[in-house]
Amino acid sequence: MKALSIRGLKKTYKGGQVALKGIDLDVEEGDFFALLGPNGAGKSTTIGIISSLVNKTEGKVSVFGFDLDTQLSDLKRQIGLVPQEFNFNQFETVQQIVVNQAGYYGVPREVAKERSEKYLKQLSLWDKRNSPARMLSGGMKRRLMIARALLHEPKLLILDEPTAGVDIELRRSMWDYLEDINKQGITIILTTHYLEEAETLCRNIAIIDQGTIIENTSIKRLLATLNMETFVFDLAPNDNDETTQNLTLEGFTWRAVDGHTIEVDVEKSQGLNRVFEQLSQQKITVLSMRNKANRLEELFVNLVEKGRQPAAAGA
Amino acid sequence: MQSSISYIALKTIWIKECTRFLRIWVQTLVPPAITMTLYFVIFGSIVGSRIGEMGGRPYMEFIVPGLIMMSVITNSYSNVASSFFSAKFQRNIEEMLVAPVSPAVIIGGYVGGGLARALIVAVIVTCVSFLFVENVSIHNLLILVITVILTSTLFSLGGLINAVHAKTFDDISIVPTFVLTPLTYLGGVFFSIQLLPGIWQAIAQANPVLYMVNAFRYGFLGVSDVSVGIALAVIIGFNLVLFITAYTLLKRGAGIRS
Repeated sequence: MKALSIRGLKKTYKGGQVALKGIDLDVEEGDFFALLGPNGAGKSTTIGIISSLVNKTEGKVSVFGFDLDTQLSDLKRQIGLVPQEFNFNQFETVQQIVVNQAGYYGVPREVAKERSEKYLKQLSLWDKRNSPARMLSGGMKRRLMIARALLHEPKLLILDEPTAGVDIELRRSMWDYLEDINKQGITIILTTHYLEEAETLCRNIAIIDQGTIIENTSIKRLLATLNMETFVFDLAPNDNDETTQNLTLEGFTWRAVDGHTIEVDVEKSQGLNRVFEQLSQQKITVLSMRNKANRLEELFVNLVEKGRQPAAAGA
Repeated sequence: MQSSISYIALKTIWIKECTRFLRIWVQTLVPPAITMTLYFVIFGSIVGSRIGEMGGRPYMEFIVPGLIMMSVITNSYSNVASSFFSAKFQRNIEEMLVAPVSPAVIIGGYVGGGLARALIVAVIVTCVSFLFVENVSIHNLLILVITVILTSTLFSLGGLINAVHAKTFDDISIVPTFVLTPLTYLGGVFFSIQLLPGIWQAIAQANPVLYMVNAFRYGFLGVSDVSVGIALAVIIGFNLVLFITAYTLLKRGAGIRS
């Protein structure tokens, strides 16, 4: 069954700003799906329409078969939303916020209190249950929004940049948690600017730019299209600290970053052995090597630039 | 099924609203007690003793219902206006918008909160009046209760509509300053409209607050400048108009959905 189905979705804001130009999108039940795009691409508008915070101009949206236009209450019950901005009452306590949210979905207060213990413990917020939300750290506030979205036990969890401004350790613990609840059967749609996050967590991906879906495939298939990667080599300094001065690398495009660091473009068919062989022959020691950029990031930039070329050319 | 979900949602909003104004009781419940004490001291004891009778009653007794009603009006209005606008401003209104909560339930929850605060304030101000008036009698309890509930509902709805339209905190103080205060002061709280010259009596009857104050005064003292039946009909009519307006605005998502 499809967790989410979107057909011909359009949104034009008052004042004429076109945010969505008629997108089609499907997310299968149980998927961990990434919705990527640059700022202002239409990600938040799409999420806003699905969660009925934004009125659509045209098109059809259904969640687990419930139609946005005709079965709104049923549709809303399927969704848990973690928005980009903190949007809870800063003066309410942590437990009040999650229990009240469950109440809006018709969860009886006693049941909501029991569930709040479960989810606040899972997200390490139980000790803070009586603290006003304004007293929490940024990371705790992010986790509070996840707990709030889960209390009515939705089948589809939508997270709009959930780890923005969160430190690495906490980000990884949130990834583990999201992976766990996905394994338990909750479908997850994630928007993020951290492409590493999408690559690590998600199975399928859609890239949206200027209100249009420019790519919609599995992460594996998308990464397979990457033909070339750039590697950074840190070389051992020689006597005059100019290792790269007389260096040659036949068959490769490369640039010197400084006297003992080079960037080499390696096509998939070439492999790295030829680079190491040539460096060894020149008696150059490689101290370390790394990808210049995240692989998905390279693809993302390429796709967005490619998508914009005709418009730019016509302008 | 849907009705039990709506009931739980309504109760949740109402509890949230009551928790809010009780948490800040120093700002919500104490000021009306102080303000009304000052009114009783200045207009009742000091000035009132020189006025004598009004509407066949000692002046102090005459102003008690009007002052209670004034508190009910201002507290109902400000409770809902400030709470709903804060929810809009902090964007926690989205908590309700993403959930299967109908506009009628949102209105019911917020109006219920305004009503609860207004009734508590009415009881406080009535208790304060006992300090200044020896014989506080109740002529018709049913009219008294109906009038206070309908009036509080009406101004809670007004506060909600104001908050839906408001874009800044200044916008929610414009209506109380330029509309509510003049209407309340000219609505017969401190005087009987029979004291006004002919044309001004007719103009005064266009003021909806006049009907609320007089219906309430009838419940307390058994005296009124206008027919109680007409007064209640006017209040119910305004309630219907404001409810439909608020419902339409929320259904459309005015000011809260893009």
